[in-house]
Amino acid sequence: MSFKKKLAAAPALAAAVIAAVALLLTSPAAGPAVAQEDADVIKVGILHSLSGTMAISETTLKDAVLMLIEEQNRKGGLLGKKLVPVVVDPASEWPLFAEKARDLLSREKVAVVFGCWTSVSRKSVLPVFEELNGLLFYPVQYEGQESSKNVIYTGAAPNQQAIPAVDYLLDQGVKRFALVGTDYVFPRTANKIVEAYLLTKGIKQEDIYINYTPFGHADWQSIVAEIKRFGTTGVKTAVISTINGDANVPFYKELAAQNISAESIPVMAFSVGEEELSGIDTKPLVGHLAAWNYFQSVENPANATFIAAWKEYIKDPKRVTNDPMEAHYIGFNLWVKAVEKAGTTDVDAVLKAIVGLETPNLTGGTARLLANHHLTKPVLIGEIQDDGQFQVVWSTEGEVEGDAWSDYLPESADLIADWTDPINCGNYNEKTKTCGGSEAAAPAQ
Amino acid sequence: MTFPPPPYASPAGNPVRSGRAAPAGRKETAAYRRPRATRALAAAAFCALAFGAGDLPAEDGLAVDPEVRASLASSKVQDRDLAIERLAADFSPEAGAIMAALLAGDLYVDRDTSDLYLRDPGGAGYSPAGSGEPTDGESLSLRKVGTNNRQRSALAGILNGRSLRHPDVNVRREASAALVSDSGADEAFGAFIRELLAEEKDSRVRGNYEKILAARALRDPASSREDILAALGTLKERLSPEAQGLIRERTGAEDPEIAAAAREALSRMEATIQHISLFDTVFFGLSLGSVLALIAIGLAVTFGVMGVINMAHGEMVMLGAYTVWAFQELMPGRPGLALILAVPGSFVVAAIVGAAIERGVIRFLYNRPLETLLATFGISLILQQAVRTFVSSNNRPVVTPPFMAGQWYWTEHLSITWGRFYIIVFCLAVFLMILLVMKRTRLGLEVRAVTQNRPVARAMGVNSGRVDLMCFMLGSGVAGMAGAALSQLANVGPNLGQNYIVDSFMVVVFGGVGNLWGTLVGGLLIGMANKFLEPVNGAILAKIIIMCGIILFIQRHPRGLFPQKGRAAAA
Amino acid sequence: MKAFDRPTRIFFALAAAFALAVALGSLRPEGSALSVSPLTVSVLGKYMCLATLALSVDLVWGYMGILSLGHGAFFAMGGYAFGMYLMRHIGDKGVYVSELPDFMVFIGWEKLPWYWLGTDVFAYAAFLSVAAPGLLALVFGWTAFRSRVSGVYFSIISQAMTYALMLAFFLNALGFGGNNGFTDFKEILGFDIHTRGMATTLFALSAALMLLFYWICRTVSVSRLGLAVRAIRDNEDRVRFAGYRVERVKLFVFTLSAMAAGLAGALFVPQAGIINPNSFSPLFSIEAVICVALGGRGRLYGAVIGAFLVNWLKTTLTGLMPDAWLFVYGLLFVVVTVFLPEGVAGLLSRIRNPLAGRLKGERRGTEARA
Repeated sequence: MSFKKKLAAAPALAAAVIAAVALLLTSPAAGPAVAQEDADVIKVGILHSLSGTMAISETTLKDAVLMLIEEQNRKGGLLGKKLVPVVVDPASEWPLFAEKARDLLSREKVAVVFGCWTSVSRKSVLPVFEELNGLLFYPVQYEGQESSKNVIYTGAAPNQQAIPAVDYLLDQGVKRFALVGTDYVFPRTANKIVEAYLLTKGIKQEDIYINYTPFGHADWQSIVAEIKRFGTTGVKTAVISTINGDANVPFYKELAAQNISAESIPVMAFSVGEEELSGIDTKPLVGHLAAWNYFQSVENPANATFIAAWKEYIKDPKRVTNDPMEAHYIGFNLWVKAVEKAGTTDVDAVLKAIVGLETPNLTGGTARLLANHHLTKPVLIGEIQDDGQFQVVWSTEGEVEGDAWSDYLPESADLIADWTDPINCGNYNEKTKTCGGSEAAAPAQ
Repeated sequence: MTFPPPPYASPAGNPVRSGRAAPAGRKETAAYRRPRATRALAAAAFCALAFGAGDLPAEDGLAVDPEVRASLASSKVQDRDLAIERLAADFSPEAGAIMAALLAGDLYVDRDTSDLYLRDPGGAGYSPAGSGEPTDGESLSLRKVGTNNRQRSALAGILNGRSLRHPDVNVRREASAALVSDSGADEAFGAFIRELLAEEKDSRVRGNYEKILAARALRDPASSREDILAALGTLKERLSPEAQGLIRERTGAEDPEIAAAAREALSRMEATIQHISLFDTVFFGLSLGSVLALIAIGLAVTFGVMGVINMAHGEMVMLGAYTVWAFQELMPGRPGLALILAVPGSFVVAAIVGAAIERGVIRFLYNRPLETLLATFGISLILQQAVRTFVSSNNRPVVTPPFMAGQWYWTEHLSITWGRFYIIVFCLAVFLMILLVMKRTRLGLEVRAVTQNRPVARAMGVNSGRVDLMCFMLGSGVAGMAGAALSQLANVGPNLGQNYIVDSFMVVVFGGVGNLWGTLVGGLLIGMANKFLEPVNGAILAKIIIMCGIILFIQRHPRGLFPQKGRAAAA
Repeated sequence: MKAFDRPTRIFFALAAAFALAVALGSLRPEGSALSVSPLTVSVLGKYMCLATLALSVDLVWGYMGILSLGHGAFFAMGGYAFGMYLMRHIGDKGVYVSELPDFMVFIGWEKLPWYWLGTDVFAYAAFLSVAAPGLLALVFGWTAFRSRVSGVYFSIISQAMTYALMLAFFLNALGFGGNNGFTDFKEILGFDIHTRGMATTLFALSAALMLLFYWICRTVSVSRLGLAVRAIRDNEDRVRFAGYRVERVKLFVFTLSAMAAGLAGALFVPQAGIINPNSFSPLFSIEAVICVALGGRGRLYGAVIGAFLVNWLKTTLTGLMPDAWLFVYGLLFVVVTVFLPEGVAGLLSRIRNPLAGRLKGERRGTEARA
């Protein structure tokens, strides 16, 4: 072919390529193969980051849900159909979370999604779930101040974690508190609630020290020195730590380096579980505390079975279980029960059926789903042991009901969430008897 | 029932249920540390001593009470509380040994016979409580006796109290120092301390007792004037907020002499505190700066010499940190040795990976620094995912060996952490090593030649390809060693590199590309600036201000602190 | 040289046809032939915005030779500016039923800070999303170019700039929502955001912006200014000695590209549904550069192709192989950088003219400096 012909041919070639790409993108077949609704399977979406900063925490949850699906399939599936997992990786990028959520709901047409960890990821997918009337089970302890019709919150609300933890410390005679956290919404809310609560308990303002650090803050020398100064006045002091994920490791290392032992200034953490401890040398941390609704060390048959199944599934006897995994366990079982009760996976029917359902948790009690889409959960305080496990030193008598709207903050003290008739509202003001925001009933589309 | 007196009172309103059974474990535990006793614990110690004779019989022979043994073996926390209470009243050396072992986590019980065994931290096995030869514990089914915070505090208090009359002066010093922060309110305690003071010969221990008595004197409204003046004199050496508070109260006294003495004492204390704070900040800044400089040195070498912007540099650091973990996995029980061996190990690992990158990718990209940036960015993604897939996406635990833990007290108040001190020394050592390589070896000569003028160097017979390879390996290797140091301070996870890459670029650019001294000085300066700004503005703003500062600095001195000289160093 | 030479015409034709097809297809009922789902529309709309960002990077890098590793900052600033408008228009339908955005109620602020005033007016918000990044570019560029900071140094300090902005925006105290950013948008100009019509409109606007900016870049590049720009890329000193005000040219082009990036960001935010300080992260800016490198810099359509390719890969690979997509992604960058230095566009033009640039002595001029 001569040059001229090539010259003429090339734009056509390029056009063909681009047109093909365009058709590909716009066709329903773009992406993973399984796109049509298959009458014999029920699809379950898993929306956890498998790369990026949150992969450390979220990869385990993906595996946990896969294990639960496998177990359910062994029991014969759900409504006679097989459960098929659809795993996507939003790569710790929040816009990608929204995109993937939309993908799962509108293209893959999953019946339910288990996912999210950070509050940002949840907030970014929330409008998508509300618009497309999806169902999300959110397994992580969070700051509250939210309740959506399309989300079931299986993690702890602040009154199921922060308040009982503070009670325990006050019991131990702690009179001075250092509230140390990462600068984002969960620590800020938790600290606000804790501060308000402490003031009602008679702790003086000057005995409360608050400090925020950026994400991934690695150099804790100055702050730990400050904590040491604050804490060695002869009055019993404790640190309440809402430090996020990764930054905990250098924080604890610095505490150990500056010789702050748990006996002198105990640190009560809200975001440190067995998973985080498996990445740290825990010998210097022995005696420090954490507050959760579940610990792997709790001895009872359901937990033992779960742990054994997990270790076998993941093929690693050294892997640990933690609270968000239990939350997914509870959430999954509740969903299965609700679907069986409703006879369908249709989201509205499931939401109607699920309120009030109960399922056993892994600490020997029962979890019940409340009208505000939160659970009843027991609160456990554990001390870190040198093998990375927690020794439970205190627990609530029974389960605590999750409160979406904190009673200790003026802007939410009057609000409740109730998704049953007649209220059907996520932020219902009990004083004025009105429903605020767009959470009022009518389903979208 | 609780042991006298309960360290944590349980108010009627809140039910405090004791915890469930502790899981049994056989892992090693940390060295025994004596935490400072609180007021209540000191009182516990006092009570314990007040009941007893105070001197320890030298012979052994008393078998441990079988009831106590059974209580310790029980899995219930209350039973163990009871056992501790009984042991507190028992002044035999066995009881002391058992309590010490219990505190350190070295007390084991045989599941079948309920016999108690003390584990030797030095590895000599398990010796039965009371007397007997150490065994290796193989034939016994041993379970560790666990404790919780409360019990450990109480044990520490009891043992501290016992140590006040210990024959070894160092033990007495430590124990008396632990008591200084509390000066119990009751008269009996004061009398007890005076009694000890009268017996004591060692000046440091006496000093501690005098401080306790001085604090008591200031607190007592009935103290005489001379007592108060003497107390002020003694206490101004102590810098705790408690002492400050006590002295501050006296500044408003009617007696002008007392008020003046108090004011003088207070101002002395405040001046000293400021000095200490300054010292602390400088040390913190140096240690942060040395970490930054360590990471940046490797980058400076590759950047300056080859003009290669290596976005995978952070991953080299990460690989070095993972090497430490791998060594520690291979040598369980010897974290210190593992760490020391891992330093050259991480150099080797990172250098090999660096060589692979250089030969595989960068070799094709010379004279295109911006393309190398993109290619190495792709490589960094691959390395991160490789670690996530083949090792784990979770963080890996790295143990801090004993020689890196703890603090070095220069004076009573000035202290530095050993770990960071070693890292500063390590950074300087690495820097010197690189400097020597650059200035004294053939490789260094060739590297400098190639940096200044590559074509002419080649014309003079220098194999610039080989120089580039060695240089990149050196830079990556140093990054690996930085990772080994970093493993002691931070997470070891796949994202480790990403946290430091931006900062290390800043350091290199600030210090002057290709200049080793610039990198060192730049890193230290940035670290210090960060630490000085932090208490004032908070950590986040401090970082932002530093960033803006560097940007502005580059505007004024576009080539950094120590610019490259020479004609060929244009562009 | 004409602005509308052959490749440009072809590109415009294809792009316009594509956009039209998608827009019309999105209005057809779902499931019918040639229909386009709302998911695809919103994804393609985002790709269009990212393509505009890539174009802006190409303008300063491919044509002017300045590698800015912080261009994402301008994109994000525009996004935040428009985000302020969207937040104001949640009004009292937010969680706390207050005129103030939720996050302000939560941190206890009583009234809007001064920099939020006026952002409930659409025109002002639109203006701000162009002006704020433009201003930042003006100030940053002026100080940088005046001191003759160039090459690698400029890249690094532009990265520092975006990193510092990221840290700043993470601060809750700054009044931009901290880590949670802006989300939960309800309406634009009275229209509900969550309808198909709105999705289509946003897509059409994004496509229009991309084409408009493409045309602007093209016009600039064939003008005398464009010649000066390319001359600066090839040898800055020579241009200076020839009497041109190099700093002014650089500043103009830099600011222009920043403003376009800002506008692209503003259109991106309602389609993504969220903006948070991670958009300021150095990683995001590097991805924009990767788009241009992959697509082929110095050719505007290369940037667009690259942007679509990279983002499409991300979307599909994270669904197709969630555990291993980073391997493929990273490998791709390495391969393309090493073997296809002129990107996909270079590949296309090589198909067209196999001997281009292969003859001895011919210099393409894309990388004249070491």
